[in-house]
Amino acid sequence: MTLITTERLTKRYPNGVVALSDLTVSVEPGIVGLVGANGAGKSTLIKILLGLLPPTAGGVRVLGLDPTTDGEQVRARVGYMPEHDCLPPDLVAAEFVTHMGRMSGLPRATARERASEALRHVGLYEERYRQIGGYSTGMKQRVKLAQALVHDPDLLLLDEPTNGLDPAGRDAMLALVQRIGTEFGISVVVCSHLLGEVERICDSLVAIDGGRLLRSDRIAAMTTATDVLTVEVAEGTNRLAARLAALGVRADPEGRCLLIPLGEDAVYDLVLDAIADLDLPLHRLDQRRHRVAELFRTEDVHA
Amino acid sequence: MPSGVIHDIGYQRYTGPRLGRGYASRSLYLHGLRTAFGLGRSAKAKIFPWATAGLAVVVATVLTAIRAQAGRPLVSYADFPSMIALLTTLFCAAAAPELVSRDLRGGVLPLYFSRPLRRSDYALAKLGALVTAVWLMLAGPLVLMLVGGVFSVHGAGAVGKEIVHFLPGLAQAAFYAAVYGSLSLLVASLAGRRAVAAAVVVAVFIVTTPIVGVIAVIGGPTAQKLAFLASPTTVVQGVGTWLFGVAGPEVRPYGPVYGLAMVVLLAACLLLLLARYRRVAR
Repeated sequence: MTLITTERLTKRYPNGVVALSDLTVSVEPGIVGLVGANGAGKSTLIKILLGLLPPTAGGVRVLGLDPTTDGEQVRARVGYMPEHDCLPPDLVAAEFVTHMGRMSGLPRATARERASEALRHVGLYEERYRQIGGYSTGMKQRVKLAQALVHDPDLLLLDEPTNGLDPAGRDAMLALVQRIGTEFGISVVVCSHLLGEVERICDSLVAIDGGRLLRSDRIAAMTTATDVLTVEVAEGTNRLAARLAALGVRADPEGRCLLIPLGEDAVYDLVLDAIADLDLPLHRLDQRRHRVAELFRTEDVHA
Repeated sequence: MPSGVIHDIGYQRYTGPRLGRGYASRSLYLHGLRTAFGLGRSAKAKIFPWATAGLAVVVATVLTAIRAQAGRPLVSYADFPSMIALLTTLFCAAAAPELVSRDLRGGVLPLYFSRPLRRSDYALAKLGALVTAVWLMLAGPLVLMLVGGVFSVHGAGAVGKEIVHFLPGLAQAAFYAAVYGSLSLLVASLAGRRAVAAAVVVAVFIVTTPIVGVIAVIGGPTAQKLAFLASPTTVVQGVGTWLFGVAGPEVRPYGPVYGLAMVVLLAACLLLLLARYRRVAR
């Protein structure tokens, strides 16, 4: 079953702003990164997925349901973590999450039990009987995640879950999201404007810009065969390129460097041997994964 | 193997029942009712509702004691809610912002609206909670007065008569609860800051009273009898005078006008409240 499908989804606000235009995308269960700059239409898409906003045109299905007509059923099975502050400061975390569990339809005793569990899973256990107002930003983000998780949804929609967190907090939050997606078996859509952040934990990526789909694919498909070797020599760059060409190895010059796609392991040795044979002064030899960002950049150029 | 091992049983999927919108609405209503009295909140949140409710009980106790001494009731049951209208105003000024302004300010609404609950469910549950809370705040002292009254009369017939007098008191309390609750919840739903909301709630009830006085003084005989329509407090009083002969403004023969005014006021509050929650974003 596909997690989310949209078919030529368009949203035009009454003031004429087009937030989404002709968005057709299909996402499989797993951890999905929804990336785009601020104002790209991520939040609008989330609101449509929750059935809170009717699309102007096009179709959408979430967990096999149509949120425009069965919004209630969709919302019962989806957990949503908003981007902004959404916690009452003078409530105790355990009580607040319990209340939200009941709002999602959990019976009273179950709600209390699952609230404790959810808070424990996000890493708040000792602190859960304290007022939320006294929490750090990181702890508040965890409570926000716990309230989205309390009713055991089939899909979590997380809007910028790492907002306002320091680097260590970001890593912890991303690790948590990854655990939810893998160990808990709950599909997650993570919205972010930081591609580098979500690409680490996602199975697939949907990139939108200006309400249009840039690209949607599995991460594996985007990054396989895109490992590159960057070679920088102080002199004789052309000689090296010629030697590699003679050996049948592709080498693209980029500035003072040569970029060599690493198809198989042998290529690495061939390059090293070539440099040694030519006795070139090697400055840099850098193997790196092609960042997904670069893929989007090239997509942009072609578009 | 050590005896005290903590087993991490990992994440458990939930397979039990998921109750729907109705259950969520009822839970929100009960939660709101508790919140109105500061239950499940800090001690600070309990001070105002319990102080006003406590004062109402004190008033009822004093009235009962006087009745026991004098041998006849000083104030009828239906008169009691008008007598402590100021306390009711203060109770609303504390409870209404607690119920709605807090959610507005904290940005909690998206969490509600991303659940099966509808926007109108939220508004109605909160309204129901406040109206019930105000009614309980009025009905509690009335029951106390009834108990005192029943013990001060003799014979089954007299007790029956006492209860017949008591029922209009409950009805008048319900009118007060409906009008005060709707109006103050509507006002509070427009303000995020609780202090501002509380001040405006008090203002709505207090500031409109002088208008009544002005019209009553400068108007003709008809205007004088209709002057009490200018303030929500006196509208409810007028209805009480019309239906239960509550001591207060002379509204005859315009009683039904007051009844209609109250219904229109309640309907307007309800519609505006629903409209407000259809639009509010966070």
